[in-house]
Amino acid sequence: MTSQVNAVFDERREHGLLVGYLPLGFPTVDASVDAAVALVENGVDILEMGLPYSDPVMDGLVIQRATNTALEAGFRLAQTFDAVAAIRARVDAPVLVMTYFNPVLQYGVEKFSQELEDAGGAGLITPDLIPDEASEWLHAANAHDLDRVFLAAPSSSPERLESSTKNSRGFVYAVSTMGITGARTDVDSAARGLVERLRSAGAENIGVGLGISTPQQVSEVLEYADAAIVGSALITALADGGPSAVANLARELSAGKH
Amino acid sequence: MQQGPYFGDFGGRYVPESLIAALDELAEAYELAKLDPTFTEELAHLHATYTGRPSIITEVPRFAEHAGGARIILKREDLNHTGSHKINNVLGQALLARRIGKTRLIAETGAGQHGVATATAAALFGMECIVYMGEVDTQRQALNVARMRLLGAEVIPVTTGSRTLKDAINEALRDWVANVDNTHYLLGTVAGPHPFPQMVRDFHKIIGEEAREQVLVLTGALPDAVIACVGGGSNAIGIFHAFLDDDDVELIGCEAAGRGIDTPEHAATLTLGRPGVLHGARSYMLQDADGQTMESHSISAGLDYPGVGPEHSWLKDLGRATYRPITDDAAMAALRLLSQTEGIIPAIETAHGLAGAMEVGRELGPNATLLINLSGRGDKDMQTAAEYFGLLDGSA
Repeated sequence: MTSQVNAVFDERREHGLLVGYLPLGFPTVDASVDAAVALVENGVDILEMGLPYSDPVMDGLVIQRATNTALEAGFRLAQTFDAVAAIRARVDAPVLVMTYFNPVLQYGVEKFSQELEDAGGAGLITPDLIPDEASEWLHAANAHDLDRVFLAAPSSSPERLESSTKNSRGFVYAVSTMGITGARTDVDSAARGLVERLRSAGAENIGVGLGISTPQQVSEVLEYADAAIVGSALITALADGGPSAVANLARELSAGKH
Repeated sequence: MQQGPYFGDFGGRYVPESLIAALDELAEAYELAKLDPTFTEELAHLHATYTGRPSIITEVPRFAEHAGGARIILKREDLNHTGSHKINNVLGQALLARRIGKTRLIAETGAGQHGVATATAAALFGMECIVYMGEVDTQRQALNVARMRLLGAEVIPVTTGSRTLKDAINEALRDWVANVDNTHYLLGTVAGPHPFPQMVRDFHKIIGEEAREQVLVLTGALPDAVIACVGGGSNAIGIFHAFLDDDDVELIGCEAAGRGIDTPEHAATLTLGRPGVLHGARSYMLQDADGQTMESHSISAGLDYPGVGPEHSWLKDLGRATYRPITDDAAMAALRLLSQTEGIIPAIETAHGLAGAMEVGRELGPNATLLINLSGRGDKDMQTAAEYFGLLDGSA
């Protein structure tokens, strides 16, 4: 059993990792693939490609608008696998798919896992699927050697942090603040405490996400966490300035690595 | 680790981890509260002195002439304070929220009845209240927006997605994730993650418990069928529950067929949907092949929802309850019929149950007794009804 994501953490842990999120299909499928490639070419270590979904309860306005645009432009779930394969053909970085659970459930958990494996995808990040409800996905992830990233929150009990840690493979996604996605001026001080509690629960690879948008914040987070996750800021750059703007921002953000 | 509970294959907690602590807290507080006489007595006292419980039953023989001559009895939840069954759940949850130290209530609303009821409870208990309402619904239910604001609530129009009830729930969930420390999400139906489907049902099951006794006293027997409209399904579960073990009593839910189940414009989740995950639970829902939620349509804002509570999905699969689609036109005809034969103007949601009863009465014949949950009054729908029937001078 080999985890693409674990391998990258093992190799680059001392510098800290930058994880970049972009939605598939925004503004088009090809453009999202190009933007993802540009992220990796400019210092992003791991990609999170968001699968557009009609009811993204964990997301703020920036991601809602981008994924809504992708859906209105006709994005279909089956394009996910071609897009992941296209990214993997061009850059050597793990590609995790960030998805709400219903699209996976409707496609078929086993079929989705098989096709993701075939496309060279690393695994899934599941914002609305807790380990308690994930037995079908965990079974398929094992069968197809896929990483599974569960979330941990400042409000999570010690038992729940242990469960997120035990059931995650690749890394544990530490939610920096009690809230939804979107750039924030201050990354919550709760993040540091949460990462410490996750370490006590046995987590090795911890990524912190929600609200991170500047190199300073990346640097600050990487003082205590293994990876900093940036999403909405990259989408805003892509929407406002196209591929060159998102490449520039990725390069600036990666300067926050140690 | 807390599991479920599930209703067969349905239910669960498909929500971000950030909310799990709050759901655990709520479930635990509710389990303690329902066994605590100070809680149950306080709620009973509120129902007796504020809601107006028990609500009466009314037999409607002139309406029944149009329903195959069956005997028809209405459970009058429309006579509750604020005009619908929604107050039963709202007072229960608001008491519970106060008990666990929350000072801010948030709610979603479609037709506005649940928002009005929540704003009412917030005023009564001196709590802050935010109501999320799809922008489309704020327009078609403008008077209820004014009612909520008069009661001191802040109404936030939701402009994302389809701008209806489904998106109002998304927005309320986003608020809750960010403000869970001081905020209780007062969910208005038997959907959502555990413990909501079970807890909201428990706060509404008084409807069926009262009605079962009342019908027995009036007729000396149980009804042949119990009928209610189903959007999320709270009033239907509320009246069904006391009859679940009465095998000879048919339980019939009436969902919105909108412009017809052969058109894309309907909200017939149980008739045409398939199981999936929406708003925190596994249940039947309207979705495309990719699992994207589809937009629903109903003339009734309260039934205009592409999901349904998980217990209804379970009852459907078990065969214990059946669900039938009722079109906008059939519901509006029943609304006018009850108004003109009995002097009772029902909510458009409720009128779907009445239209279903007209079908069931004809099927079962004149010896049958039907109990219908008259879940809400129609005052809020006068604008829609006036336009539909051309009732205003110059509008015909």
